[in-house]
Amino acid sequence: MIINNIQIDDTFAEAFNMRATRVILTAQNLKWAYHAANAMTGFATSVIGCGVEAGIEGELGETETPDGRPGVSVLLFAMGSKVLMQQLETRMGQCVLTCPTAAAFAGINSEDQINLGKNLRFFGDGFQTSKLIADKRYWRVPVMDGEFLCEETTGMVRAIGGGNFLILATSQSLALAAAEVAVEAMKKIPNVIMPFPGGVVRSGSKVGSKYKTMFASTNDAFCPTLKGVTNSELSTEIESVMEIVIDGLSFEDIASAMRVGITAICQLGENSGVKRISAGNYGGKLGPHHFKLQEIMQAENV
Amino acid sequence: MSTLSLRLKKDLAHSLNCAALTPENLVGKSIPEIASLMLSDGRNQLRVDEVFEISGQPITNGLQTINFKDSSRKLDYLGAHITSGSLDITGDVGAYLGFNLNGGTIHCHGNTAAFAACNMAKGLLMIDGDTGEFLGGGSAGQRKGMRGGTVLVKGNAGDRAGDQMRRGLILIEGNAGDYCASRMIAGTIGVMGNVGIYAGFNMKHGTLLLLKKPALHATLQDCGMHTLPFLSLLYQSFSKLDSQFSGLHSQRVQRWVGDAACNGNGEILLISA
Repeated sequence: MIINNIQIDDTFAEAFNMRATRVILTAQNLKWAYHAANAMTGFATSVIGCGVEAGIEGELGETETPDGRPGVSVLLFAMGSKVLMQQLETRMGQCVLTCPTAAAFAGINSEDQINLGKNLRFFGDGFQTSKLIADKRYWRVPVMDGEFLCEETTGMVRAIGGGNFLILATSQSLALAAAEVAVEAMKKIPNVIMPFPGGVVRSGSKVGSKYKTMFASTNDAFCPTLKGVTNSELSTEIESVMEIVIDGLSFEDIASAMRVGITAICQLGENSGVKRISAGNYGGKLGPHHFKLQEIMQAENV
Repeated sequence: MSTLSLRLKKDLAHSLNCAALTPENLVGKSIPEIASLMLSDGRNQLRVDEVFEISGQPITNGLQTINFKDSSRKLDYLGAHITSGSLDITGDVGAYLGFNLNGGTIHCHGNTAAFAACNMAKGLLMIDGDTGEFLGGGSAGQRKGMRGGTVLVKGNAGDRAGDQMRRGLILIEGNAGDYCASRMIAGTIGVMGNVGIYAGFNMKHGTLLLLKKPALHATLQDCGMHTLPFLSLLYQSFSKLDSQFSGLHSQRVQRWVGDAACNGNGEILLISA
């Protein structure tokens, strides 16, 4: 498939089942809501080393948040419910409880509930107060700037992580420029995050390594400097590859984000320096969800 | 289909236990069957049709409404134990309105005697007039009062409103008597008018929200002026009620904490305009 002189490879992104939750962070203004959200989603690019993949899903206006203040919604993804619970509590305690004026609320409904402020309340040392308002329990923890307000639990849902596509371009700067355009377009899609720095990852990995202690290592087939020494996927004109990884609450959400991102790149045309769009997979044996690039781009609602 | 109506047709000498007259109890009963139900005034058993003029259609499901008309303070335990359906009461009622209320809605357009919403766990109780002592309290021998639900009083409340209240919401648009929120365990009480002496006496937890400055006893301790963000959530929950409380917006409050006499961590919040 070729769109606007950019080749869409006949391949697929391979993704995995994950557990996810959404938290709404509000504050006195958007600046401080972002401070809380940026801290909470920091060091959360990949479950390989961070335990959780997290990102800011979007901004919320005063009419969209539970307490009528500006806020942002944050999505967190983990490989299992236990890790997700641990990471959520740790990040809430260190990044949101500590952030001036910040408050936290459940952002997703589910039968499965995980602790949001349930244990953070003990920071109040007995001065904490609970309030049951409209069948939801909140905790008010006295802190030095006033009170930290936090809902007791939030929902946990089944989700998918690891949707991705690769941008193959003639130079590093052109590959990154195209990736930035894609990420900006994809940020408008709800229910997804791109957890890597700026939404882009330059160190795509393959499973395994020549070193026994490593269970993932550089994706040499897409490393431009190894074209001559490895079984490369890259043609001679490709000098740089960028990857965008997407975690989402459903298959459709990720497919939609991929479609929007690839479309944005293709609209740049051949002058963008982008020659091909490909995807990362493990032969289809590890992840149950396969995002076939050409099928996604053929979908009617592009 | 017209609603089942029970009009009080005689002056009663003694208080009458009306706990049996709820939508759930009357489901599937014909008018003659309802008429033959027996109500106790403590000494005598009275047929329903001796006391009430019955009109309207029988109750076919527990979600329906019963209208009580021309009721009096001799009718006790109206709406006791109901979990669904509603009562609409024109006139005054006696004690224990909404006793053990566990769902549904009761709307009393008149005044009530003591112990309204006693042991209440769920649902909505609206009183357009005044109510007596121990609103939302616990019955004799109970160590906890109201455990949930919402009570809205448009008039005044007597002494000990919210005594031993464990959970839920009581809103009083008028004045509250002495010992308001006494022995309160948790929950929220709002009073727009004045409260009597010893508000929050032996309060453990919970919130007493006031619009007029109270005369507090020494063991409630002033913690100063604050802006509390949780109040926006509380006010949002008021907004669906037909009440003056739905007009509250200010999150600026003076906060007292106590009752220190029982090592309590309850709070009295005086809303600042």
